[in-house]
Amino acid sequence: MSSKFGYTKLDSGTVNLDNANFDVAKKVAQQERSFTYCIACGSCTATCSAGNFTEYNLRKIQLMVRRGEVEPLRETITRCMLCGKCQMVCPKGVSTRNVVLQISKLLKQPVAKEQLTDKLHPTDDRKI
Amino acid sequence: MKSVVIVGAGIAGIEAAAKLTKSGVKVFLVEKEKEIGGHLRQWDRLFPTQENAQKVLEDIIDGLDNRAEVLKNVTVQHVEKKGDKFEITLTNNRSLTTDAVLMATGFDTFNARRKEEYGYGIYDNVITSTELEEMFKTERVLCTNGKAPERVAFVHCVGSRDAKVGNRYCSKVCCVTAVKQASEVKQLYPEAEVYNFYMDLRMFDRKFEDMYHEAQTSCGVQFVRGRLSEAAETKDGRLQIKAEDTLLGKPLKLTVDMLVLMTGMEPCSSGVALAKKLKIEQGSDRFFNGQNAYNLRNFTSTQGLFLAGTCTGPKTIPETLADARAAAAEVLSYLTK
Amino acid sequence: MKKEGKEQIWRDYQKEIPDNDYFYVRSCIRQNFFPGSEKMFMKILVDDLGKNIYETEHHTTCGGIGYHSDVIPLETAMTIIARQFALMTEAGYKNYAASCITSFGLYSEVLETWHNFPEVLAKVRDNLKKSTGREFELPQHLAHASDIIYKVRQEIADKAKYKLINKETGKPLKVVEHIGCHYSKMFPHKGVGGAEYPYVLSGMVEAWGGEVIDYPERRHCCGFGFRQYLVQANRGYSLANTHKKFESMEPFEPDMIITNCPGCPYFLDRWQYVIAETEGKTYGGKNQGIPVFTYEEVASLVLGYNPWDICLQVHQVAVEPLLDKIGIKYDAGKKYEGLNGKDIGKPEMPGCIKCC
Repeated sequence: MSSKFGYTKLDSGTVNLDNANFDVAKKVAQQERSFTYCIACGSCTATCSAGNFTEYNLRKIQLMVRRGEVEPLRETITRCMLCGKCQMVCPKGVSTRNVVLQISKLLKQPVAKEQLTDKLHPTDDRKI
Repeated sequence: MKSVVIVGAGIAGIEAAAKLTKSGVKVFLVEKEKEIGGHLRQWDRLFPTQENAQKVLEDIIDGLDNRAEVLKNVTVQHVEKKGDKFEITLTNNRSLTTDAVLMATGFDTFNARRKEEYGYGIYDNVITSTELEEMFKTERVLCTNGKAPERVAFVHCVGSRDAKVGNRYCSKVCCVTAVKQASEVKQLYPEAEVYNFYMDLRMFDRKFEDMYHEAQTSCGVQFVRGRLSEAAETKDGRLQIKAEDTLLGKPLKLTVDMLVLMTGMEPCSSGVALAKKLKIEQGSDRFFNGQNAYNLRNFTSTQGLFLAGTCTGPKTIPETLADARAAAAEVLSYLTK
Repeated sequence: MKKEGKEQIWRDYQKEIPDNDYFYVRSCIRQNFFPGSEKMFMKILVDDLGKNIYETEHHTTCGGIGYHSDVIPLETAMTIIARQFALMTEAGYKNYAASCITSFGLYSEVLETWHNFPEVLAKVRDNLKKSTGREFELPQHLAHASDIIYKVRQEIADKAKYKLINKETGKPLKVVEHIGCHYSKMFPHKGVGGAEYPYVLSGMVEAWGGEVIDYPERRHCCGFGFRQYLVQANRGYSLANTHKKFESMEPFEPDMIITNCPGCPYFLDRWQYVIAETEGKTYGGKNQGIPVFTYEEVASLVLGYNPWDICLQVHQVAVEPLLDKIGIKYDAGKKYEGLNGKDIGKPEMPGCIKCC
């Protein structure tokens, strides 16, 4: 779009649930029922190995999936090291590792072969 | 025979009357409405076990066994303590002289019109939790256009925890009622999307946390931590609502077919007027203060004047009934001392 | 939508608006943006309705534009305001009328501050006396100029030559009313109808035959926001707010917009052009915009004044489609003729938004 005025209209940062895509949330819940147990206490994030060094926030990731905000997660979700500490602290018994795996699987974009080697975590193919 | 006037025939007044009459006290049960039973009459099912509200009310009223003299459609016009006796004039000009007075004046539901930004009384499909309960009773939960709602939002804390309307306190029962009603909407319309907008979820009592768990898992109710800033009507009579998803840290908006306002409790206005005549101390929340907040909650500074039920603050049904029985026991020991 | 619910709220927010005898202060910017509006305010009230409205060339800005742009502190604005009140006192008036919404909001804020902190008022009195030698009384009534037009809306309707009715269909025109944020958002009881459902403009629209549209983003800011606009790099933010409002009102197919703030009509009008240029979108149908007016312009139109005499030719969005809907006569050839028949110059026509 033209910016002959020196500025352009800002995009809205509002989460609009009228256009949201809940497919990922629904599929994750089908595959891992405990996904719906989360009460956003943040224990997982507090203990998370990745979360202590990166922006990775499992509490927020789960919430973003529920709100249909999945696009920003495609890269973020790969930062999980699947260590399982989150699962140990979760008071609701969420199978957090499987939640992460399911989200990764659903968000996995077709990646060209040459790019694969650059990927830090080809999440779906990992052996657990 | 010792006598007592109980002001208010909601469940607290009825329960206290049942216990006192059973012990041989003469009870005048004064009710401003044309029927006894108070707010419970409007309810369909009760948290936490979905018990039929009208059945519970019937059981409570059955406890009276017609032993009390029930005076309906009247209020206390004048009351004065002379010596050990209370002299009371009712609005029907009847005079009573009793040994004790038990205030069971209860609560008024918050007038949702006062939260102007939610458009209650203006936008067609904005209703209160009480109105939804009445819809459940008739088994017709429908929008004004006669269609079943596909998207429903519940707003917690309407008139509670809100200094703007002068109510800083928590009304205690709305959170769990919202969880109950949201689940019931999902049971009625499994395909509907249901959102609860809360500030804190106060699932304080037995089985409440289970209800929340079930709502979120089996029922699929979505919980958003954030208070609604406003509602506005769309061209097709739906409601555009805005809140911050405070756990996501982002503003959020959506359009719903029905907006349910979880209206809180305020001390009953006519009860407050009477309390002022009786010099009953009120807290900053305008609910009545007992002699203390612990073991003397049912006592006032006036001998023979007692308090029961939600006039001393928001309570659940079992809490109200327990408080009423406690008050009845204190009245009885006062009368038989 | 249940109108009686709004009426109940309107009854709760009534303000006392004197009939007559006002000391009137103009806005810093309105004479540039909508040059006919303040002139028509005076003309309608004084010439047509026989009111006594006084103004003096000695008045200045209220300081609001500097205050809201982070240029001057509130204390400075207070002393400027004190001088304005001194001019009112010296002229023998007790009713103060501000043309600008932000002025009105700032006057309300300052009066409330002085009410609650008398020591601040005492200091301001002292400052003014020392710096100018002037003394002042507080106004007995503070009105926004739109309050006064609201007050006389029926008198205007009685003299009206036109109604806000589509002459082809006989139906009321669909009117979006937009209230300046500083009118009542800070002090709901200072505005006619309160803050959530203000009635000041709705009352005019109803009295003059139109139908008010209530659309979801009605309460949203026009996008002005002072420093958000003043810095060029921030203008995308201002534009986004305006865009949000137009997207929300679009399904209601409004015929026109009426406003009561200096900034709002400017932004709602001019940004339609920028949105058209940058987003390729127009909102008035047939590649046209939605005409935007001040309330004085609308009052003047219904009273039958010549559209070009009230300066509607300086609007960005062409007003002719609306004039045609109402059936207001105008001479298209004289659009760019000044008051004395002088050629005021024809603007370049934009590409995306159709202007007559």
